[in-house]
Amino acid sequence: MSARTGLALRVDGVSLGHGGEPVVRDLSLDVHPGEVLVVVGASGCGKSTLLRSLAGLLPVCAGTLSADGATVTGPSPDRALVFQDDALLPWRTARRNVELPLAIRKVARARRRARAEHWLAQVGLDGQGHRLPAQLSGGMRQRVQLARTLAGEPRAILMDEPFGALDAQTRGAMQRLLVDVLRTTPATVVFVTHDVDEALFIGDRVAVLGAEGVRTLVDVPHPRDAATRGTPLVRTARREILTALGAHDDRSVPC
Amino acid sequence: MTAVSTVAEPLAPARPATALPPVRRRVTGLRWAVRLASLVAALLIWQWLTVTDATPWVRFDRLPTPVEVAAQFGRLLQDPVYYQDIAQSLVRILTGFALAALAGIAAGIAVARSWLLSDLLQPLFEVVRPIPAIALVPVAILLFPRNEQGIVFITFTAAFFPILVSTRHAVRALPTVWEDAVRTMGGGRWRVLTSVVLPGALPGVFGGLSVGMGVSWICVISAEMISGDFGVGYRTWHAYTIVDYPAVLVGMITIGVLGWGTAAAVELLGRRVTRWLPARGGAR
Repeated sequence: MSARTGLALRVDGVSLGHGGEPVVRDLSLDVHPGEVLVVVGASGCGKSTLLRSLAGLLPVCAGTLSADGATVTGPSPDRALVFQDDALLPWRTARRNVELPLAIRKVARARRRARAEHWLAQVGLDGQGHRLPAQLSGGMRQRVQLARTLAGEPRAILMDEPFGALDAQTRGAMQRLLVDVLRTTPATVVFVTHDVDEALFIGDRVAVLGAEGVRTLVDVPHPRDAATRGTPLVRTARREILTALGAHDDRSVPC
Repeated sequence: MTAVSTVAEPLAPARPATALPPVRRRVTGLRWAVRLASLVAALLIWQWLTVTDATPWVRFDRLPTPVEVAAQFGRLLQDPVYYQDIAQSLVRILTGFALAALAGIAAGIAVARSWLLSDLLQPLFEVVRPIPAIALVPVAILLFPRNEQGIVFITFTAAFFPILVSTRHAVRALPTVWEDAVRTMGGGRWRVLTSVVLPGALPGVFGGLSVGMGVSWICVISAEMISGDFGVGYRTWHAYTIVDYPAVLVGMITIGVLGWGTAAAVELLGRRVTRWLPARGGAR
């Protein structure tokens, strides 16, 4: 395997929306190679839309999106998207789902299988590869989706509230698993959530998104270190994010 | 009962798969008995009505009795022509149906996935679709040099539209997330088609195949009655013209059994390839 590096993503003066009125206007944001950037914001403020555009599934209304300097014009295996739920193909077993990106890249069958088993083991699902998605719990399905994404060896992973549909306990376990697994990949991560604590646990930086663009960018002190939860520095960062999220609600601005 | 259930409780998730079948088997055993009894009762009523030449309003005096039909059936089972007719009809229907399945699935996907093909083909389909396939017999006779091809053409047309329509709906109803996922893995049009659209649409497609098989039989038999020179439909009509009523009923029963067999085959195949559907026993 060659040395993979994370993609540098640049959002430059972008307006986003599904036709008609844009949800987000004039958004600018730089994602550094290899960092984990968490995007928070109330629902409806265009977090998911931003991710879909970064993935190349949705064209921008105005401005430019670029990855390593090249304008994003469509989907690419370099930029993988992780969905909230039900993105596994239900007729394929867990292992065959993980094999899918490898099959698309025309990896030989035997190697495909070995890689899929490897990634399933990485997410704690060894021996579960023969199961269909319908036979797995929500948390397990998200693990399979994570394994499938990682198997594709993307240079950027775009995660759209991947743990949003899980119960609190599973969610905590998945966050820890994600942090562990991300250590093994050089990929840049853009992680969308509306959970501030999740943001502080997973991210290097947290961007608070509003209809007018990025409200604030907060550097997370001691990223991905559970031991620092509740320390004054982290509390300050948390307050800063909550203020950026909440201050505008008081003035009843949508989003 | 309460004692048993408290003991079994911790095993509950693993339990149903092993605990259920015996109960279910007993229930189906009873239900099969009821089904059989219903058929036997129908035969007995038929026998009684025909033997007594009942003519309450509907006239049973000329209808053959089940015993006569059974005797005729026994005779025909010795007759090689009977099997030739069955083989002939099966070849016709399976050819027409297979062609219709291929064309219907392909056209259904094309119409659902491409606005250009939809605009090109959809008006055509909508105009031709309401015409009953059997009404195409004159056209088939004009178009095709051989009678055989005409009958296959009619069978094809009959099955084509239900398959087309159900495929189109199934493809349109597919959640976009699967396609998005495959595209962000770098999958192109062809990959989306083979890995998402086709397998995802299969449950709906099989609905169309079942309906298509049914109308295919209607049309192959009707076409044979009108323009055939062998086949089960032709033989049945021929028996009527020579006033061999028991043979007519044997023909009808033969058609019923063949139709049931092919429908069951489609159903079985459908269950096989859509085994992943949660509703159909995801546990097994």
